[in-house]
Formats: sequence, structure tokens, C-alpha cells
Amino acid sequence: MARSTFGRKGPVAYLLRLLVIAYLFFLVAWPVSLVVTNTFDEGFVSISDLFADPDVVTALRLTLIAAVSAVVINTVFGVGISLLLVRYEFPGKRALSALIDLPLSVSPIVVGLALVLVYGGREGWLGPTLERVGIQVIFSTPGIVMATAFVALPLVIREVVPVLTEVGIEQEQAAESLGANAWQRFVRITLPSVKWAIVYGVVLSLARSLGEFGAVKVVSGNVLGETRTATLVVEEKYLNFDQQGAYATAFLLAMVSVACIVVVSLIRPKSHD
Amino acid sequence: MTSIELGRPAKIRRSARSTLTPVSGLGLGIAMLWFSLLVLIPLTAVMVTAVDGGWDTFWAAVTNAQTAAAIRLTVFTAVGVTLVNIVMGPIIAWVLVRDRFPGKAVLEILIDIPFALPTIVAGLVLLSLYGSDSPIGIDIVNQRPAVFVAFLFVTLPFIVRMVQPVLEELDRDVEEAAASLGASRFTTFRRVILPSLTPAIAAGAALSFARGVSEYGSLVLLSGNLPNKTEVTSVRILSSIENDQRASAAAVAAVLLVISLVVIVVLDIIQRRVARRG
Repeated sequence: MARSTFGRKGPVAYLLRLLVIAYLFFLVAWPVSLVVTNTFDEGFVSISDLFADPDVVTALRLTLIAAVSAVVINTVFGVGISLLLVRYEFPGKRALSALIDLPLSVSPIVVGLALVLVYGGREGWLGPTLERVGIQVIFSTPGIVMATAFVALPLVIREVVPVLTEVGIEQEQAAESLGANAWQRFVRITLPSVKWAIVYGVVLSLARSLGEFGAVKVVSGNVLGETRTATLVVEEKYLNFDQQGAYATAFLLAMVSVACIVVVSLIRPKSHD
Repeated sequence: MTSIELGRPAKIRRSARSTLTPVSGLGLGIAMLWFSLLVLIPLTAVMVTAVDGGWDTFWAAVTNAQTAAAIRLTVFTAVGVTLVNIVMGPIIAWVLVRDRFPGKAVLEILIDIPFALPTIVAGLVLLSLYGSDSPIGIDIVNQRPAVFVAFLFVTLPFIVRMVQPVLEELDRDVEEAAASLGASRFTTFRRVILPSLTPAIAAGAALSFARGVSEYGSLVLLSGNLPNKTEVTSVRILSSIENDQRASAAAVAAVLLVISLVVIVVLDIIQRRVARRG
């Protein structure tokens, strides 16, 4: 089949190929490579400077804690919701499955505003009550975790649902007839069959969570050394004319997300084809 | 679980077609509680705060000259970018699926970079080629094209990734049959390939539009956020939040939320239609 297309490949095919390569080169490849060269203008100094700054280290640690917490929450929630959506019928299922996608298209600033309106310490719907029992959400780590969890919410579900639908329930029914209980069926049969979809979803969620900026900016208060995350450091450094620092931090974040993509593209052929 | 299910068939009529067991019902309850606390209640709070001060306050906030300019810029740019994506997306997907050449795997990774890259880093990335230190002498910082380029960057993967799997599954035999019956390549494309790609393109376009309208991070460093010129809706909302004008922030946010909801509904309709046909 491939041979026949090769034989028939006209000038249009080459033109399209050229167009696509040029488009992606100017839009993605060249700009991304410039960030790398800008970072290493003066060798590794800019990166090591970064780790010498305690505020940056605190920011990186906060970003990591928030991202990992959000990914754990979203994975547990995501797998649970996927099972419910695929395996059970209940009223309101269609609405729920459509609403799950909502966080992907809501502006991060709106996400931040929404959380502040409910959990804000002064005038929020639930904030003052929570603060009375000693839980501060906005301008604190829980708020950052919630904002991060909100924006990455659908990613695991979107990966797991199609695989779960495709796998079907025959094997589980067989196991059930052989006397396996619900937990055994879940751990021995359901989980292994969606394992790669979960890994794929987790990797995407992690990349998204580490990079969240707008929502975190609104809920965190952006306090240096306390609630400032890595993406906020990039902005602050750039606006304070510390371009080297901004590029170095951006490079670190970009490295992690590109690593995530490479992992994903290595996994994908095995699970989907 | 089966024993419980079989043990109480009478319960089935409780709701039209619920197949929930006690354990999965509890799971659904917990999941809904978390989903409500995280997503539904906060988004409802935005809507309620938006209309709290009455319709006049809402309308005044939305039609404020600077806000209206921001909404116009955001929506028009998002439409323009989506149109570019409608043309470029399927072409990129086509080359990725049908063409073979060394280095194609690199293009695959390039497509995903805008999705994975933190938005603030995306802004910095574009700044390095299209900013004041541009090696090719194109400086679009603080100008409207900056908004366009930023949207173009962040929305790149949506249509490509929607169209690609459909194109992979497309039956080549049908195309070859059309060709053998004398259809030109253009006719084959228009009558055979395009109709099966349309739902995927539409779904990708909806996502791409929604993403453009809601974009914030990549513009912070790139567009300068100049009022009436390069200020987009998200930035406008943020400055209202920072000035403690919650009502007007919520009003503009509500406009964006309605756009997101419309997109979700459109996507749901497209998916149902495809599922019914397939």
C-alpha cells in the first residue's frame, strides 16, 4: 500500500511536506531551540545560580509538591470516575461526562477567580468557615493544589475511558464466575488492562500541573519564598530584567515537559496500535 | 456484588436505568462531592457573583469600553487562529499520516510541545524569536500580531491530534476505488476524505477556539497587555481581581464561562453524532 502512494506522489505532496516543516520550524522548533541556546549563553552558570537562590529552590519545591498532590488526586478521582462512566448507568451520566471536560476550556484566570470566590478567607462562600477551623485555602498550599488539580482534571479520564470501553467486561465476568471478589477483579484484571492509559494520563497531568500559571497566580498571592511557584518565578525574573534567570527557570520547566512528551511518545505506539 | 444485585431486583425501579451497586454508588457520591467542591460550586459562584448586582451592573461591566475592546480582540483573534488551524491542522495531520521521510518523528514531538510547555514558558519561547532580540529582525512584542502568534502556538495540537487518528483509520480502498473510477485527486479529497474528517476538524476547531479565548499565560510577557490594543479578556479579569472589583471580574468571567459551556455542548453533540454513525 505504501508503495503505491510512493509511486503516485506528485509535486503537491512535496509541497505540503515543505509547508508543514516550515510552519512547525518557525512556530515551534526555532523558538524552542533559542530558549536552550539563550540559557547556555554563559555555560551552566545560569542553572547553578538558580539552585543557589533559596527563594527559587523553595518555589521549585512548592511546584513539585503541588503538582504531585494534584496528580495523585486526579489519578484516584480519574480512574474512579472512568469506571463509573463506563461500567454503570445512572441519571445525569451524560451531563457529568460532558462537564468533566469543562476544565480544559475554562480560562485559568476564571479558575482562580472561581476558587477565590468560594474559598477566599474574607468574603468567600466557604472560606471564612474553613478559616475558623484553621484551614486556609487561598494564599496557601491547599489553594495552589486545588487550582492545579482543577486545570488537569480531565486528562487521566480522557485516556482511561476509551481503553476501558474497548476492553469490555468479559474477562471480569469470567473472573467473577470463578469466585473473584470485586477488589481482586479490579486489581488483577481491570487495572492491568488500563495500566498504560493511566501512565499516559499521569504523565500528561504532571506536565500540565508543573506548568500551571494563571490559576496559581490568582490563588497563591505570589509571596516570595512562600507561595511563589516556578512558573511565577519565570515571570517575576523576566519583568525584573533578570533574563538569564528567567531563561534558566524556563529551561528547567521545559526540560521536564519535553521529557514527559518523549516518555509519552515512547509509550503510545505500544498501547494504541 | 452480584448477590446483592440479584437480592433486590425491586430496587431497580427506583430510577429509570441506574445500575449502581451500593459500593459504586458510594464511590459516585464521593466523586461528585469532590467534583462539586473543586469545579461546580466555584464555577457557580462566578455566575452568581456576576448577576448578584443585577442585570444593569453586569451589562455595565461587560460593555465597559476597555472590557468590550478586550473581548472583541480575544474573540476575533481566536476565530482567526481557528481558521488558520482548520487549514493547517488537517494538512499537518495528512503529512504525519501519509507521508514518509526521515525526521518525521521529530515533527510528532514538535506538535505536542505547545500542549506540554508551561504557558509562561511558551510566551518566553516565542519572545526569543519574535521579540526585541529576534535573530530574524521580526519584533511583534506589544503589538496585536503577538496575540495572534501566541494563540497559534498554544492551539497548534488540537485539530492535528483530532484528525490524525481518523485519517489513520480511513480505508484506503475507498480512495483507490474512487481513483479507479476516474475521480481526480481533488474530487477524491472533497467527496471521499473530507466528509469523514469533518467531525474531527469541527471538534478540534471548537477546542482550539475555546483555548484561544481563555488564553492567558503565553501573553503575559509577549503582548504587553496594553489597554484597548493588546489586552485580552483574561488579563482584563485579572486586573479587576487585583483591584478587588469582584463583581466586574465575575461578570466578564461569566462571559468566558458561557463560551466554554457552548463549546462543551457543541463537542458533546459532535461526539454523539459520530458515535451514532460509526
